[in-house]
Amino acid sequence: MNAIDDKDFGTPERESATRVTLEIDGVSVTVPAGTSVMRASAEAGINVPKLCATDSLEAFGSCRVCLVEIDGRKGYPASCTTPVEAGMKVRTQTPKLADIRRGMLELYISDHPLDCLTCPTNGNCELQDVAGLVGLREVRYKKGENHLELKKDESNPYFTYDPSKCIVCNRCVRACEETQGTFALTIDGRGFESRVAAGQNEAFMDSECVSCGACVQACPTATLTEKTVIRIGVAEHSAITTCAYCGVGCAFKAEMKGSEVVRMVPWKDGKANHGHSCVKGRFAWGYATHRDRMLKPMIRKKISDPWQEVSWEEAVAYAAGEFRRIQQSFGRDSIGGITSSRCTNEETYLVQKLVRAAFGNNNVDTCARVCHSPTGYGLKQTLGESAGTQTFDSVMQADVIMVIGANPAAAHPVFASQMKRRLRQGAKLIVVDPRTTEMVKGAHYQADYHLKLKPGTNVAVIDALAHVIVTEGLLKEDFIAERCEPESFRQWKDFVSRPENSPEAMAAVTGVPAELLRGAARLYASGGNAAIYYGLGVTEHAQGSTMVMGIANLAMATGNVGRAGVGVNPLRGQNNVQGSCDMGSFPHELPGYRHISDSTVRAEFEAHWGVALNPEPGLRIPNMFDAAHDGSFRGLYVQGEDIVQSDPNTQHVVDALMAMECLVVQDIFLNETAKYAHVFLPGSSFLEKDGTFTNAERRISRVRKVMPPKAGYADWEARQLLGNALGYPMYYAHPSEIMAEIAALTPSFRGVTYEKIDRLGSVQWPCNENAPDGTPIMHVEQFVRGKGRFMITKYVATDEKVTQRFPLILTTGRILSQYNVGAQTRRTDNVRWHSEDRLEIHPHDAEERGIREGDWAGIESRSGQTVLRATITDNVQPGVVYTTFHFPESGANVITTDNSDWATNCPEYKVTAVQVMPVTQPSAWQKDYQRFNRQQLELARAEESGA
Amino acid sequence: MSVNIFVPRDSTALALGADEVAAAIAAEAQRRQIDHRLVRNGSRGMFWLEPLVEVECDGVRLAYGPVEVADVASLFDAGFTEGGAHRLALGRTDEIAFLKQQERLTFARVGITDPLSLDDYLAHEGYAGLRQALQMTPAQIVQQVTDSGLRGRGGAAFPTGIKWNTVRTANAAQKYIVCNADEGDSGTFSDRMVMEDDPFMLIEGMTIAGLGVGATKGYIYVRSEYPHAIAVLNEAIRIARTHGYLGTGVCGSGHAFEVEVRVGAGSYVCGEETALLESIEGRRGIVRAKPPLPAIAGLFGKPTVINNVISLATVPVIFARGADYYKNFGMGRSRGTLPIQLAGNIRYGGLVEKAFGVTLREMLHDFGGGTRSGRPIRAVQVGGPLGAYLPESQFDTPLDYEAFLKIGGTLGHGGIVVFDDSVNMLKQARYAMEFCAIESCGKCTPCRIGSTRGREALDHVIAGEDRAQQIHLVRDLCDLMLNGSLCAMGGMTPFPVLSALNHFPEDFGIAADPAKELA
Repeated sequence: MNAIDDKDFGTPERESATRVTLEIDGVSVTVPAGTSVMRASAEAGINVPKLCATDSLEAFGSCRVCLVEIDGRKGYPASCTTPVEAGMKVRTQTPKLADIRRGMLELYISDHPLDCLTCPTNGNCELQDVAGLVGLREVRYKKGENHLELKKDESNPYFTYDPSKCIVCNRCVRACEETQGTFALTIDGRGFESRVAAGQNEAFMDSECVSCGACVQACPTATLTEKTVIRIGVAEHSAITTCAYCGVGCAFKAEMKGSEVVRMVPWKDGKANHGHSCVKGRFAWGYATHRDRMLKPMIRKKISDPWQEVSWEEAVAYAAGEFRRIQQSFGRDSIGGITSSRCTNEETYLVQKLVRAAFGNNNVDTCARVCHSPTGYGLKQTLGESAGTQTFDSVMQADVIMVIGANPAAAHPVFASQMKRRLRQGAKLIVVDPRTTEMVKGAHYQADYHLKLKPGTNVAVIDALAHVIVTEGLLKEDFIAERCEPESFRQWKDFVSRPENSPEAMAAVTGVPAELLRGAARLYASGGNAAIYYGLGVTEHAQGSTMVMGIANLAMATGNVGRAGVGVNPLRGQNNVQGSCDMGSFPHELPGYRHISDSTVRAEFEAHWGVALNPEPGLRIPNMFDAAHDGSFRGLYVQGEDIVQSDPNTQHVVDALMAMECLVVQDIFLNETAKYAHVFLPGSSFLEKDGTFTNAERRISRVRKVMPPKAGYADWEARQLLGNALGYPMYYAHPSEIMAEIAALTPSFRGVTYEKIDRLGSVQWPCNENAPDGTPIMHVEQFVRGKGRFMITKYVATDEKVTQRFPLILTTGRILSQYNVGAQTRRTDNVRWHSEDRLEIHPHDAEERGIREGDWAGIESRSGQTVLRATITDNVQPGVVYTTFHFPESGANVITTDNSDWATNCPEYKVTAVQVMPVTQPSAWQKDYQRFNRQQLELARAEESGA
Repeated sequence: MSVNIFVPRDSTALALGADEVAAAIAAEAQRRQIDHRLVRNGSRGMFWLEPLVEVECDGVRLAYGPVEVADVASLFDAGFTEGGAHRLALGRTDEIAFLKQQERLTFARVGITDPLSLDDYLAHEGYAGLRQALQMTPAQIVQQVTDSGLRGRGGAAFPTGIKWNTVRTANAAQKYIVCNADEGDSGTFSDRMVMEDDPFMLIEGMTIAGLGVGATKGYIYVRSEYPHAIAVLNEAIRIARTHGYLGTGVCGSGHAFEVEVRVGAGSYVCGEETALLESIEGRRGIVRAKPPLPAIAGLFGKPTVINNVISLATVPVIFARGADYYKNFGMGRSRGTLPIQLAGNIRYGGLVEKAFGVTLREMLHDFGGGTRSGRPIRAVQVGGPLGAYLPESQFDTPLDYEAFLKIGGTLGHGGIVVFDDSVNMLKQARYAMEFCAIESCGKCTPCRIGSTRGREALDHVIAGEDRAQQIHLVRDLCDLMLNGSLCAMGGMTPFPVLSALNHFPEDFGIAADPAKELA
């Protein structure tokens, strides 16, 4: 069922320059050509009853309730499938129509359980509403064939399917096809037997269903119903907020009963998601109230001590005291902070402000260090701005889509649905990925080119593509001449033209046949609007920044920047990773990507913050760890990030944290990092605070508080407490005041206010005097840096090479149902889809090692060892193994090394040389982990039982 | 001198033992060392005479039938290969009254030729139409069809030329010709006879359609219950391709045209044009809402001509003989001829091609010879299972689309099913609802739920439960299905139900109600 209080126009909006005027019930209505009579009526405030129509789906015309009379036409056309015509005269209410509609409802109700009062959607049911509207008073049919005894399917953890309530409107089936693109649902049987079926008429959990919830939302009755609605009842109020999972930034209506969430329904007017969702945002929000939530501040002297529960004041006083003590002993630069990409812009801004103003240094970094820092660097160098160039909607105008090192179907599922819709419309697809992911082939789409390269050879591929474009005369010369630097272009052109960059020369390096590279290059350069979407498969390499620049080069060389349908689109991983970068989380940049060494910029902040700022960039995360090892860095404040699980070479990270004298962790759970902490500050979930998130398309959206902070303070409030304790008082009554400060100090945010976001729904930065309503597409007239700059991108093989000892390459990625380190999703029923990380290995490599499906496989790199169960699949190529990193006990990062991107230190997660062997027991690290984990949980529990 | 002996290969003849008869004739001729050529021709459409064996003597075809294996020796004894007298002898085939009184334009070759002999086809005016069409512009081709007055023979009677013109003027890189050969109406077989007995004619018609609208690909959607038609079509397509009548350059012209046979999966609704398109596309056979018309967005979303087999098979003669020639047959707005199929309880069942205007009574008595049982005709159902039941009082209606519409009936695909006075029309009404319930695709509510509720209500009438109230309910339901259904399946099911109720109220245990006559 749609969100409560949403107006449903019945059929989708149409865009047309031609406007058509018609008359409906005597009212003159003007709408775009192609609009249905139903929608035209709804826009005029005339609501034609309907059951199979909803404005997120194309008209279907099956329920026959929306019939109308039209002058000069015989019969009773369905208003949903009839387009408007100029001068048309429509009547929506006549005695004959009333008879027909009542007759239809009489048929429906003759096969429907009459249990409205005990039905979970009582009060929010379209069948009930329409029966009322048409005035159905009796059902004259005697008891006959029916579906009333059909069994409920309760297999999905989040919703039930009750076929006895199904009216066969096909809305769920169509939502699965049109909205989600999975095609998991169908109608089984025909005629009276027709009934919705998942997969081959199996349980929803056993089918291809990905639990996105589109079908549940589309259902007009209680046939598909959220289990929370069954348990709690229909909501009584709602608030629009933004999902706290991935960088798509879906807008949701949080439907509430008091301060309890009943359900999260994707908001129809959300500009990133247009009313769609995935299994995480739609259903996996139960972690926010999970019993593992830590709700009390705690302190301890040593990590072997039991935790001691204290007041907020005591906890921040202790932390502030320790930080000041450490700075006195070891210098101003001996402490630092890490900002969270999951918290709001306002909160993140406060953390970096705290570090720069109160700690008095620039030792602030963020988890973007380990994901998209090369994007920030590479796009700034070439285009002039550290962000994606497009809106998500732009993909609907792309003719060629190139996906590099990304699997949006798993990691950005709602955007993937939009991309798949465009692919079903006929856009061409190039996938650059060492694995055969869902993006290579799916329901009604297939990659025209899959460049299945060897991990670590991205730059060789991009250079070979560029070589073809340059040497085959596919350059967009006029664009380059007008928009780009001639000198850097000439150098780049000379460089990529060299024979060593040809597809033929690179084939041995990349493992991609030259003809495929040539075909893909020709398609990208000459197939119309071409857009590149990329993920961490681009950035998390020794040449991550080089590859980002190579992508920008390619887009500039073919004129694919600066309009809808094209562009360079980094798919950001976390909900606010764009925002945390924007907010000055990097050690060398103040908010808005301005270098700390720039005295003019610094002066503005100094004036506003009332302190002198250090002009020297601070430590990056890996530098912090190194400094900890040599004893010069001893105190760290970590806001909502789990560096122990997410950063590479776990042992190195753990050793660094063990060297801390004061580690302060603020999180909603006792995460892996918190197990090494001395001060724990309970965090607040996205439901407990106001603020904003910025998604991958630079879209700033509101996060709205729907319940009080469970631990007493929202994170932004806790930050002020810490500031005050450190002697740097901060006073904000509301996050909107923080945003006002950000806007005042950041040119690209100058025009951002909460009032504007509320009015527009969301706004994309830059938003300032030049673009008062924001900037959907960047670099339209010229590049942000003026002229586009081509960069030389010489392929250099990574040091991480396969050897006799480590003959395989391990690469890592994500899965749909789990998110990042899994702290949230592991605490939901999403574990039903993915309860452990597995090692994917090619049948050939498995056979060679005597590994069978499900066997324990020991994985060893020069960093460490771990053990995972094996999945044998040819989705990976021979010589490549793959795993996810959602479970701490998996120890994926025990294996990864401290190799990193030459420019930004982004770790080379995607390439680790390993050996894999069958084993019978967990690795030594895993045994140590289990012991330590057990001990830490006991120390926390001792506090609980003692309290 | 070698003698030509003809034994039909049409499904009707095969069902009656034609293969066995053919084998017996071959064996007997060999034993008697009679030099002969055994031709497996199509059927003449006189089913009570099948297997109808013909011999060609001095260029004249003489008929013997119905022939059983046991008759073969005696036929040879009687010297039938030279036209000898025998109790099964029927004289000159073309002088048999049933045949002689017809106006065979579309079926001119059917029964005469070997269906898979391209030489036979060419010798009997085959591909004369295509040769004409190749000299014309697309607009002229479409105009010729428009001028002929041809209307869709699938049942809807939509002017074929107008449909073609919409596709012709649609702007698209790819267009399609789809032939609807999902002949599912009870008592109909004219499509099947064309496909089995004169397949090149259909291919030629589709090729001309392709030239006219700019389509390069044609699909023939054949029901799976027609295995012989499928086999013959596939072989004919292969032969046509080998001889350059299909392929990248049709008859050496620059025009490409290909034809592919697609087999249905046993759904009546797939004869509805949009459900048929869904089925070809590999989806469930459910009806699409219109607009868009298939002529604008049809198969795979491209402009598509969908025509019935007979419509397309009639195109070659229109081009070979001219639009005026064809148009001069018929009455009113129903131009040309209609292949009528006589079935059910009828003495002389088979195919009769006549110009529009012949009356139902002439068909039933002059051609059909009354019932097979010898009892009086009580009702006939014209136009398939969704056609109205007509009582004796309406038998003087001429076969004409508009005349039938006027009496609440439909000519449909030209099928006539005859019932004698032992029929129970209440049970026939129930059967109409049951048929709809079994065959409904399940998309729209009135058809999906209504047909089952209608069957149940009529069961209550049969059982005598609340008879008046249930009949009232059935009438309301019929009104709902008529006005509310998405396609003709649900929309026309009320025709047989209401006509049974209105014309034969006594079977429903109620008196006639003149106020409830069908409009």
